[in-house]
Amino acid sequence: MELQDKVIKLVSEATKMDAANISLNTSFVDDLNLDSLDMVELMMKMEDEFGVEIPEDETENLKSIGDIVAYLKSKSH
Amino acid sequence: MIATYSDLKDKIILVTGAARGIGKSIALALSAQGAHVVFNYRGDESKAMSLKEELEKVGGKATGLKFDVTDYESMTKAIDEFTKSVGPISGLVNNAGVSKDTLLLRLKPDEISSIIDTNLKGAMMVTQALSRNFLKAENVSIVHMSSIVGLMGNPSQAAYAASKAGLIGFSKSVAKELASRNLRSNVICPGFIQTDMTDALNEKAKEEYSKSIPLGRFGTSEEVANLTCFLLSRASSYLTGEVIKIDGGLYI
Repeated sequence: MELQDKVIKLVSEATKMDAANISLNTSFVDDLNLDSLDMVELMMKMEDEFGVEIPEDETENLKSIGDIVAYLKSKSH
Repeated sequence: MIATYSDLKDKIILVTGAARGIGKSIALALSAQGAHVVFNYRGDESKAMSLKEELEKVGGKATGLKFDVTDYESMTKAIDEFTKSVGPISGLVNNAGVSKDTLLLRLKPDEISSIIDTNLKGAMMVTQALSRNFLKAENVSIVHMSSIVGLMGNPSQAAYAASKAGLIGFSKSVAKELASRNLRSNVICPGFIQTDMTDALNEKAKEEYSKSIPLGRFGTSEEVANLTCFLLSRASSYLTGEVIKIDGGLYI
């Protein structure tokens, strides 16, 4: 599975939002209505799933699915 | 008498300041319920070992972590190591505290700092250090050991009372912030409880104090431990952001 699809699947499971409605442009706050605590939990799930550490300061810059995918890609090299 | 809460069995609970007084009674009561008691200690390894043995003799597991509640770095390191190897901590008793009774006009800045750093900032830092872990745990319950003087004030205890009152605002904020994760945070305000601290009072003073208590006596640390077990257990599942006095009616 592509990284992008894995991220979408994880977000879909965490937010109960149909994966078909989630794309790279989906915003965590505007489209998925996540609050700051939801974001922390989601990032913790990402950390567990992808074995990376996402610092708190970084979380503020991750506003969409695309941002996360790009961030994870940058860490996997 | 100690009530038994079956859900406390194997629950991992950190109790700060468990070496003596109310903290020790709480640790013993939790051990008796079969909880896995985690306590912090500052220096003495042999004392920590004997506390561990004492707790395990009563029941449950016990683990000592070496950190001071005023030292954020060693605290986070010890907590992270523990939660990674054993599992998430789902109960916290912020009990570590110091007092230094002195008139306001003799109260020195470093004495204020020491009291606030341990009693208030320490509790805040331990809770903060555990917050990430709490998101992974279930049925988290936090109990902050405040004091009746945090509600009513007391001469010669201005800094102590301020630190204890501060815990109330902190607890209520935590209760609101993490309620959506089924985390509860409550405060206990003990009145006069028989401990080393009150044993130091002279007989006449004790008699005077007892007269002002409707139930006519000092409380025992076991009575405070009983309430703490209740708040940590799901028996109190709809109770959060609350402040409970346990003072024999002293402050009615």
